[in-house]
Amino acid sequence: MGVEGIGARVLRKEDRRFITGKGRYTDDMSVPGMKHAAFVRSPHAHAKITGIDVETAKKMPGVIGVLTGAELKADGIGNLICGWMIHSKDGTPMKMGAWSPLATDAVRYVGDAVVIVIADTKGQARDAAEAVDVSYEELPVVVKTAEALNEGAPQLHSEAPGNLIFDWDIGDEKATNDAFAGAAHVTKMDIVNGRLVPNAIEPRATLGVYDAGEDHYTCWTTSQNPHVARLVLSAFYNVAPENKLRVIAPDVGGGFGSKIFIYPEELICLWASKKTGVPVKWVADRTESFLADAHGRDHVTHAELAFDQDNKILGLKVQTIANLGAYMSLFSSSVPTYLYATLLSGQYDIPAIHANVKAVYTNTAPVDAYRGAGRPEASFVLERIMETAARELKVSPAELRRKNFIRTFPHQTPVIMNYDAGDFDATLDAGLKAADYEGFEKRREEAAKRGKLRGIGLSCYIEACGIAPSAAVGSLGAGVGLWESAEVRVNAIGTIEILTGSHSHGQGHETTFAQLATERFGVPIESVSIVHGDTDKVQMGMGTYGSRSGAVGMSAVVKALDKVEAKAKKIAAHLLEADEADIEIKDGDVRVAGTDKSLPWFQVALAAYTAHNLPSGMEPGLKEGAFYDPSNFTFPGGCHICEVEVDPETGVTEIIQFVAADDFGKIINPMIVEGQVHGGLAQGIGQALLEGTHYDDTGQLLTASFMDYTMPRAQNLPSFNIMTTETPCPSNPLGIKGCGEAGAIGSPPAVINAITDAIRNNNLTMPATPQTVWNAIQAAK
Amino acid sequence: MYETQYHRAASVEEAARLMGEAEDGKFLAGGMTLIPTMKQRLASPSDLIDLRRIEALKGVTVDGRTVRIGAVTTHYDVSTNEELAKICPAIANLASHIGDPQVRNMGTIGGSIANNDPAADYPSALLALDATIITTQRSLPASDFFVGLFETALEPNEIIVAVEFVAPDKAAYKKFPNPASLYAMAGVFVAKSGDNIRVAVTGAGEGGVFRLKDAERALAGNFSPSALDSLAVDPDVLLSDMHASADYRANLVKVMAKRAIAEITNRPM
Ligand SMILES: Cc1cc2nc3c(=O)[nH]c(=O)nc-3n(C[C@H](O)[C@H](O)[C@H](O)COP(=O)(O)OP(=O)(O)OC[C@H]3O[C@@H](n4cnc5c(N)ncnc54)[C@H](O)[C@@H]3O)c2cc1C
Repeated sequence: MGVEGIGARVLRKEDRRFITGKGRYTDDMSVPGMKHAAFVRSPHAHAKITGIDVETAKKMPGVIGVLTGAELKADGIGNLICGWMIHSKDGTPMKMGAWSPLATDAVRYVGDAVVIVIADTKGQARDAAEAVDVSYEELPVVVKTAEALNEGAPQLHSEAPGNLIFDWDIGDEKATNDAFAGAAHVTKMDIVNGRLVPNAIEPRATLGVYDAGEDHYTCWTTSQNPHVARLVLSAFYNVAPENKLRVIAPDVGGGFGSKIFIYPEELICLWASKKTGVPVKWVADRTESFLADAHGRDHVTHAELAFDQDNKILGLKVQTIANLGAYMSLFSSSVPTYLYATLLSGQYDIPAIHANVKAVYTNTAPVDAYRGAGRPEASFVLERIMETAARELKVSPAELRRKNFIRTFPHQTPVIMNYDAGDFDATLDAGLKAADYEGFEKRREEAAKRGKLRGIGLSCYIEACGIAPSAAVGSLGAGVGLWESAEVRVNAIGTIEILTGSHSHGQGHETTFAQLATERFGVPIESVSIVHGDTDKVQMGMGTYGSRSGAVGMSAVVKALDKVEAKAKKIAAHLLEADEADIEIKDGDVRVAGTDKSLPWFQVALAAYTAHNLPSGMEPGLKEGAFYDPSNFTFPGGCHICEVEVDPETGVTEIIQFVAADDFGKIINPMIVEGQVHGGLAQGIGQALLEGTHYDDTGQLLTASFMDYTMPRAQNLPSFNIMTTETPCPSNPLGIKGCGEAGAIGSPPAVINAITDAIRNNNLTMPATPQTVWNAIQAAK
Repeated sequence: MYETQYHRAASVEEAARLMGEAEDGKFLAGGMTLIPTMKQRLASPSDLIDLRRIEALKGVTVDGRTVRIGAVTTHYDVSTNEELAKICPAIANLASHIGDPQVRNMGTIGGSIANNDPAADYPSALLALDATIITTQRSLPASDFFVGLFETALEPNEIIVAVEFVAPDKAAYKKFPNPASLYAMAGVFVAKSGDNIRVAVTGAGEGGVFRLKDAERALAGNFSPSALDSLAVDPDVLLSDMHASADYRANLVKVMAKRAIAEITNRPM
């Protein structure tokens, strides 16, 4: 390892720009003649639209255009799509209701877009939006996940009778029933995983520019995957063919999944730009973000776990209702199915699993992938029920887990996944030692003397990253392949540009991807630049989500580097009159091994471009591209331990310590990995303790601002005690597993297990706010 | 935000005159409540009359045990005033826990009490301290000033000039913050001067700040946390919302009251 190569704690190259306010975000973009958009949104959760009167608004000062869904349809712009087909267990395809980018006949959640207003200034656009007169006939509303399927519940879409989108299952039901029949003990639980609002620091924004001269569109947007956006906008929404549409995702201030999806707004702004002849910019305000960003989680689950006499797990049964909100967002169907139920085996050898998932419509914001996407829901179910089982069986939660760990790899679970590597004892041991798990009872007694209830909770999670082998996901219903592309361009004086289809919106790719080239060629990190986020620069890519940039995006870079290295060695061998096999590239020099013959790296690059003296038949230049399609998912896993003290008088929980022992495989930059873990833990603890989304019975979002929706603050979090163990991932060249979501996946069950241990009441839902905890304490009295 | 006209007044007289001339004017102090409300288009004053540059409304003066806090004094200035900290640390401590540093550097005591948010901190202190609110038109006791949720005795053109109180022998404020907004979900201010004990509660009351007279009576004979052991706070007069039910608030009021007294008496609960 060099000081800037793989494994080095290189400071983030991008941070100088960010911390000095020099980042360039979508809202920083400005083009001549640019105008501003405001959306008229539904104030009702469910209503028929009986009329839209735009005449007054059109006459307001500064107004350039007031456009409706009818005009959008007339221009052939399509409905929004869901990119993953799920079939119900009876073989029928999922029942998807139409989602018109601008509602025409009905609105189905508060925030549903109805009309776009474009004006000289944002203020004028908003003034005119208020003057648009939409007549509604209110309809009955269903909000709660558990009530969507009730007999007589209000219906959202005629395409989906009973609000049921699909009734899907996985695993072997009969084998699981048989396993339960012979059980010595069965633990049963109802588990709710509440809804979250993503709250990236930068709200969504877009700037749509139509160039009439070229008949060409440019879309600046806050996206985690600009190429996917272009593909969908072009192929499905009919905005323009791909060669006539450039999508740019510049600096993006956080996504957490919410910026994967193609929302109505960017599509409408592009279309509106052509329609009105002006560039159209829209920037969400915080309230719009709360109302109309895709939310996360929202599962209601019943789970049962069967054990034999010896406390070995025999089987797991899970029934989940997943709330997808009012419309199916781009990847909504994959989250509660293949990203959720396939992880229900956790770290355990479970012979039989059966899971049934019913996805439902409600009059709430659409729900889609949010940091962890399905895996946090799975680990919450499994790790809550494991801890509960240990309490019922009166055995140590750590030892019950250990008894059931998978120890041989590869391991085929009953729910599709084939784990390739792992050492769950190693992470458990590291976690237990760091937390002084053994010494806990003493600390509990000491706390009791101070009137505090102390508790400890574990979570041994596994997740699946590096999504995903294209053929595999294709066979499961995905509409796209999940490979990644890269191009390595060595310039004539040896500096390097790496083009990648991954997209950085906080992950630090400009640093970590550059470390790969630095490691390979020994060039200083400043001479390596990362190019991403622009469909005119990078040909194609699948973007960043599911902790895939390391495992998939970097693997593509490695493949391209291999090709560059091979060609550079050929050139060097020719110049140095040596055998190609004897050439090594080290510390910025290209040498003949075992001799003092060498060339500086830049001279090899220069030779490639002067082309005065290349091996005969060789093309000039030093630039190579590669596509990498993973052969398997990767499986990060670990052990999270949370220790809390609860104030019984107020219900306030204080996290005394939080230990995370994670196995991410090979690590490129430990500092950045630690940052990812810290952020993930803050989000997971935020979900466990603070973040709750409340709709009232009429479908109004009560938590639509930070005055009511509690984001984690530094004061809510302890100083994390984190560490890593390493079993390299065998399926990709770097051995990387991925670390972006683990914190949010592993931590919530650890926190809730700790609190329920402290208060001796296992009936506790997230977020465990002081009021919730106090109520649970009263109920246990 | 709708369009509005901004004015900066140099004196209370000028401010009153500007208000008289405005079609639908509003006084502006720290703007921590008013500006966000305008940004959300929930308020649309034709004119904003900024009071912050009026010298006569600024600063804390301590004369013997009499304290006067000018209306545009920021929470930060109250929390860091050394003379005030000597004779009434409880109010300095209260001010130091309002919102966050940005809010404390902009928000003012006059703005806070004029707004009379049922979850604001100051109203409990002024009620417990039996403070006098001095306006451009009159002086009135806190008990008459705070009328209900977001409601005060202020007339449209009336400007708060200062608040005045006599520092108590002892006082303490205990706040249980709303986890999201950090406003009070239950805040209890206890002030003791000789035999006069006043306990005021904010954040919890259905009608805004109120005195907890049962607690005052219980404490009269036995000024210690245990005096409140059997105190029953009536949930029927308390707020109930998604953050805290009335029952939970009733519990918090009692716990915060006991903790305030524990702090004053330096006795465990
Ligand atoms: C994020 C955040 C957190 C907060 N947390 C807390 C908290 O924990 N506890 C708490 O108590 N408060 C909290 N606040 C409110 C804060 O204390 C504000 O300062 C206060 O509500 C209003 O004061 P202001 O000076 O900003 O008034 P402004 O917003 O300028 O005005 C508020 C109202 O008072 C009127 N007004 C202002 N001054 C006068 C005057 N001298 N005479 C007559 N009328 C006047 C205005 O016309 C307006 O109607 C918080 C605010 C924010 C934004």
